[in-house]
Amino acid sequence: MANVSLRNLVKEYDGGVQAVKGINLDIQDHEFVVLVGPSGCGKTTTLRMIAGLEEITKGEVDIGGNVVNDVPPRDRDIAMVFQNYALYPHMSVYENMAFGLTLRKFARSEIDKRVKNAARILDIEPLLERKPKALSGGQRQRVAMGRAIVRDPKVFLFDEPLSNLDAKLRVQMRTEIKKVHQTVRTTTVYVTHDQVEAMTLADRVVVMNHGIIEQVGPPQELYHNPATRFVAGFIGSPAMNFLHARVENDAVHLTDGTVLPIPESRRARYANAVGKPLLFGIRPEHLTDHRPHLPGRADLIITPEVIEPMGMETMVHFHLGDARDCCARFEPTVHVEPNVPITLTVDMNNMHLLDEATGKVL
Amino acid sequence: MQAATMGRRSGSLRAERRWALWTAYVSLIIACVIFLMPPVYMLITSLKTNAEMANLQGNPWIVLNPTLEHYRAIVENPLFLTFFWNSIKVTVVTVILSMVISVLAAFALARMRFWGSQWLATGVFLTYLVPDTLLFIPLYQIVGGLGLLNNTWGLVLVYPTLTVPFCTWIMIGYFASIPKELDEAALIDGASWPQMLIKIFIPVALPGIIAATIFAFTVSWAAFVYPTAFITTPDQMPLTIGVVSTLVRGDTFAWGQIMAGALLAALPPVIVYAFLMDYYIAGLTAGATKG
Repeated sequence: MANVSLRNLVKEYDGGVQAVKGINLDIQDHEFVVLVGPSGCGKTTTLRMIAGLEEITKGEVDIGGNVVNDVPPRDRDIAMVFQNYALYPHMSVYENMAFGLTLRKFARSEIDKRVKNAARILDIEPLLERKPKALSGGQRQRVAMGRAIVRDPKVFLFDEPLSNLDAKLRVQMRTEIKKVHQTVRTTTVYVTHDQVEAMTLADRVVVMNHGIIEQVGPPQELYHNPATRFVAGFIGSPAMNFLHARVENDAVHLTDGTVLPIPESRRARYANAVGKPLLFGIRPEHLTDHRPHLPGRADLIITPEVIEPMGMETMVHFHLGDARDCCARFEPTVHVEPNVPITLTVDMNNMHLLDEATGKVL
Repeated sequence: MQAATMGRRSGSLRAERRWALWTAYVSLIIACVIFLMPPVYMLITSLKTNAEMANLQGNPWIVLNPTLEHYRAIVENPLFLTFFWNSIKVTVVTVILSMVISVLAAFALARMRFWGSQWLATGVFLTYLVPDTLLFIPLYQIVGGLGLLNNTWGLVLVYPTLTVPFCTWIMIGYFASIPKELDEAALIDGASWPQMLIKIFIPVALPGIIAATIFAFTVSWAAFVYPTAFITTPDQMPLTIGVVSTLVRGDTFAWGQIMAGALLAALPPVIVYAFLMDYYIAGLTAGATKG
């Protein structure tokens, strides 16, 4: 178990392309940190630098108080789970899990104890004698995790471990991973492009974009108080609605003339934004069916274009301001029909205003 | 309407398939006949008595009085056993040497990124394109300089020039088809490069290694130009030239024994192929789809 620190970490590839542009991050002992972001944001490169599979151009990686820049992967005391499992095809499940311990010359009885213990945690005891090709995707992923667990390393590294699984299995394995972490408590760095995975698993989420860290924080914090437009748009599904707006007379004015009064508690916060070009951000779950008793609400009449019943909720798409597709989340019991105007409540206590020029949330 | 169209389409598909099958069968049969004719003719001739061979009246494809006398003569000839032993010795050592060199070279060229590795890989393949009929002259100087002329160990030294480039090439393709994550997992698990090669790459690439081994075996077993050039006395000769040089005296050809000897000499590669054919095909086609 150990802390992990990244200090001014830079990765530059041949030709001067910077994949990681000087990031700083402190990961606490026992913490589960998820690096999330779109393809090419530098999250996997960062993980591989921690693992020692990628050379560090500048900066430092510190594991358990030691700078490990020049330490080979095998001496970093880490374990990694890969997207495509990377199980040794010619070895049985037992041998796959025991391989790292055998190389480290552990006693046979100790290896046996650890492998069986990990197999019990992961519920793969009946599979120990099988070869990887006789396993399903989910079982292979468990074996890959087992291989990491038996080593009892300082840090677990996960590189998009669930991306190759189907949707149902992914949700199931997500829970498994969280359960395993609650049992073994090893410091974990987990990379994914799936924000739901990030939110559900992480103690803290690190949102990356274009090689920099946009924001670090607990999932709820990122959801409620995103720092930038990128984070606001990336976290949450369906994504936040953004509409061009101005602030005047304690109200948000959309481009189509819609006026949404700002609740009193937020007026001081937006005092400096008057007259500036802004973006009004509101999540679909804060655009709901009519709720007359909601404090700080604004009501609008909209004309639904597309209705998507999801069972536990109904997504309603419509035009608002300059946004061609605004999305609202209605209770499934509310009757909505396309092209029939309906009253919608905007929960202004959960609104966001962003400076259009800097992309920062005000 | 739609059903009718679909019916017609599947009908034409079936017709196309039938046509493709026919073409395949006909061309394969022609190829088999062409390639099997010489060995079959050898077999027939080896079973004829000398008198029958000399008789030009009969049908050359029919044996009237089959005999094993040529085979007996060959097997009872102590020289033939010497040739056989020389061939086995040279081939086994060459195969081992070639495989050790090519597996190590291919592992380095496929996996350890170092300056010039791409060029080296291409260079290895290019050396394969130089024919042995061109190489034997400079190699004669080298083998002579080492004092290994007319010595089976001289052959062990030069045969790898034929086998190593191709075997390395096959192995590079095979190693390249092994996912990169496998080495990374092994590195993190604590393996050194040699451990990674021995415990992961060699077992995973076994079909490729077997394919390369068969190739090396065939090439060194059947080599003709080098032993012709470097070996002069029967005690050092391998089968390929031994059979020809001892059974042809002036302009007298002991055809029956030549045929019997050649067939016996061809037997080991046939046996090896028969057992390892599946591995050979798998090894040659690996890497074709990836990398």
